[in-house]
Parts: sequence; C-alpha cells; structure tokens
Amino acid sequence: MSEEKIEQDTGSEEPSPHRLIGTLAVAGLLSGIIIIAIYLVTFETIKENKARELRESVFRVLPDATKMQKLLLKEGKLVVSYKEEKGEEPIYAGYDDNDKFAGYAIPSDGPGFADTISVLYGYRPADRKVIGMWILASRETPGLGDKIYKDAAFVANFDDLAIDPPIVATKKGKSKPNEIDAITGATISSVAVAKIINKGNAYWVSKLPEPGNEPAYEVPAAHTASSRAVDTQAP
Amino acid sequence: MAKEKLAYDEFMKGLWRENPVFVQVLGLCPLLAVTNSAVNGLAMGLASFFVLLGSSILVSLLKNYIPKQVRISCFIIIIATFVTVVDYSLAAAMPVIHKDLGAFIPLIVCNCLILGRMEAFASRNTLRMSVADAFGMGAGFLFALVALGAVREIFGVGELFGITLFGPNFEPWVIMILPPGGFITLGVMLLYFNWVEEKKNKIDKQLAAEDGVN
Repeated sequence: MSEEKIEQDTGSEEPSPHRLIGTLAVAGLLSGIIIIAIYLVTFETIKENKARELRESVFRVLPDATKMQKLLLKEGKLVVSYKEEKGEEPIYAGYDDNDKFAGYAIPSDGPGFADTISVLYGYRPADRKVIGMWILASRETPGLGDKIYKDAAFVANFDDLAIDPPIVATKKGKSKPNEIDAITGATISSVAVAKIINKGNAYWVSKLPEPGNEPAYEVPAAHTASSRAVDTQAP
Repeated sequence: MAKEKLAYDEFMKGLWRENPVFVQVLGLCPLLAVTNSAVNGLAMGLASFFVLLGSSILVSLLKNYIPKQVRISCFIIIIATFVTVVDYSLAAAMPVIHKDLGAFIPLIVCNCLILGRMEAFASRNTLRMSVADAFGMGAGFLFALVALGAVREIFGVGELFGITLFGPNFEPWVIMILPPGGFITLGVMLLYFNWVEEKKNKIDKQLAAEDGVN
C-alpha cells in the first residue's frame, strides 16, 4: 500500500472537532480501563513482593531473628503496628524462635555519590552495636559504588560494630571497634553508609526503650482479622 | 508465497539491514543506560519488543478509525498503555530486574524507535506487514541491547549472564560498565556495521562494472 493512497483516504475531508475529541476520549477511556485492570491484577503480588523483600532484609541484618514485627513511635513510646500509616517512620523488631528479642532493624537514608542511599541496619541495644547492614536502594556507580552491597568484605564490616563514638570510615585499615574499612575507589559511598547509620542512631537510639524493656512479640494471628497485616512469619 | 517472502523481508530488514540501533541509530537512551549487563539488556529488549508488537497490531488495526490530526496522541496513548502493562507485570513477576531497570521501563513510552515505527509503518500498512515489521525491529533492538550488554558485561565484570568466564586473576575493566564504556562499545559496533556496508557497496559496484564490461 503506497503512502500517497493513505494520505488521500484520510485527508480528503476535514473531520469535525467532535470526532477528534471523541476519538481521543475513547482512546483515553479504554487506556484507563486497561491500566486500572492491570493495576488491580498485579497489586497483591507487588505488595507481597515488597513485604517479602523487607522481611528478607530484616532477617539479613538481624542474624538471630526468625520473626519480626513493625514498630512505630507514638507519643515517645514504641508500639507494635499492623497497619500502614501515611508518612510513618517504622523500625522493625526481630525475635528468635523462642520469641526472644534479637535486635532492631532500623531504616535510614542519606545522600550517596549518585543519589540517595537507603540503608537498613541491625542494632542490638544490649551492647550498643550494629550487627548487620543491607542496602535497600541505591543508584551508586556500577563496578565502584555498588560494592557497598556487592562486596561481602565491606558488608561484613557492619557485623559487629560499636556505635560510640560515631562510626568512622577509614582508608588506613580499621583498628578501633567503631571503624569500618572504606572501599578503594568508592570512598564517598563508604563514608555515606557510615554517615547514614550515624544519622539513624542519632535519631533512634535515645528513643528506644531501656534494654530488656523491648516490646514483646505479639502473635500476629490475633490481628489478622482487624488489619491487612504485614505477614511477620519467616518464610 | 510472494506474501510470505515479503513478510520475511520486512523481518530481516529490521533485524539486520535497517537495524534500529546499528543502522538507524535510534533508541540510544535506554540502550546506553541499561546495557551494563546482558540480563538487563535482555529484559529491556523483551519489554520494548512486547510494547512495539502490541502497539503495532493495535495501530495497524485502528488506522482507518484514527483521524490523522490526532494520530500521534493516539499512538502515544496506545504505547503508554502497553508500557504500563509491562511495568506492572514486570514488578509483579520479576521484582529484581524491575528494580535494576528502574525508570527506564516507563521511559519506553518516549522511545523514538517505537513511535517512529507507528508513524512510518504500522499506520500505513496491513496488519500482517506491521506484525512482520514489529517482529523485525523488536528483534533488531533486542539483538543490539543483548550484544552491547554482553560485551560490556564480559569486559567490565568478567561474566556473561552472571556466569564467571575468566579466572580469579582477571581484573575487570570497570570503565566498560560505566557510561563511557557504553559509548565506546556502541562506537566500535557502528564502525563495524559501516565497514560491512562499505565493503558490500564496493562489491556491488564491482559486480555492476563487470556486468557492464560483459
């Protein structure tokens, strides 16, 4: 079919403005219906994926934990929450098989080299130590900055790390309990991770209850009816 | 028979002769941005392929109902709908890859290759030929993305599709997975395609000259 023929077909008479508006309206309407349909179809799966990712991250930074629950700060007190609230700033408490408290998983973020880095780290208040770190989201340079989560040796820096005085990233080889080894070629990203954890500690540590008074693990079954519960069981 | 040959010809045109990347040099933004590994290239290629094919079918079917004054808007609506479908499906089915590709999935909407095929081909041709064209162009784009991703991953990480290729002594060329590596690799590939083209032209000319003598 030649190009000219089509031009003649459609160009012979000017369609009315109503026809033009009508065409676009129908197109927009159909498109909207399809988009809503696909959103509804995939919504549950996407939500589950996100919950699973979070759960796996929490268990990664709290090595002893096999269960978790979400905590929110309300009137200076940490309370267990099962609902999603707008603008919430949650932290997560991990518990082992015997419902014994295993530590807090604290999300924190801050500027990295390329963009904001979101970090989740495990904190054990009993000995004031960071016991694990995991990057939730970052856009650091592939091959250099992304070593903050791809380099196992760097991640291992955070397995047993004192938080007083604040964490320092050093290039000379760590010698103190509050120091981590910066990655060669990704110093800015390494320092950023340390700063982000310090920021999280500065905000949260003073607000946490005395060691020993952590919120107890609540059996989620009691709440499933009342809320769209975050599934807190280990997979 | 003749029809089948024509469709096959349209397909090969997109895959090789008029490859959207190596010959038409279209769609470079997603190409350079996501090809730091072969898997990402493959996922992006498949996503674009699906959008291109779906949009081509719809545009070709609806071409007589869309007034030409609003055709570009209609094409964009159709493309954007398919992209949204791909975006949500990928987030549900392959969250890791979806996270890696990030903003570049929604940005398929403004891939000039796709809009270009709608305007230049699907809106002027039969369904059959449009499908052949979409298959060809989609496959050509996929091929380019995977080729670029594979080369950059092999040199930049020493792996292909996540499988380690070299011994532990291999020092990765980090530059290959950084943006400059994308430009360098693409440049070398364009050089090769142009070299092949030039050589072909020379042979054609020679043959024509010989024919003239005989």
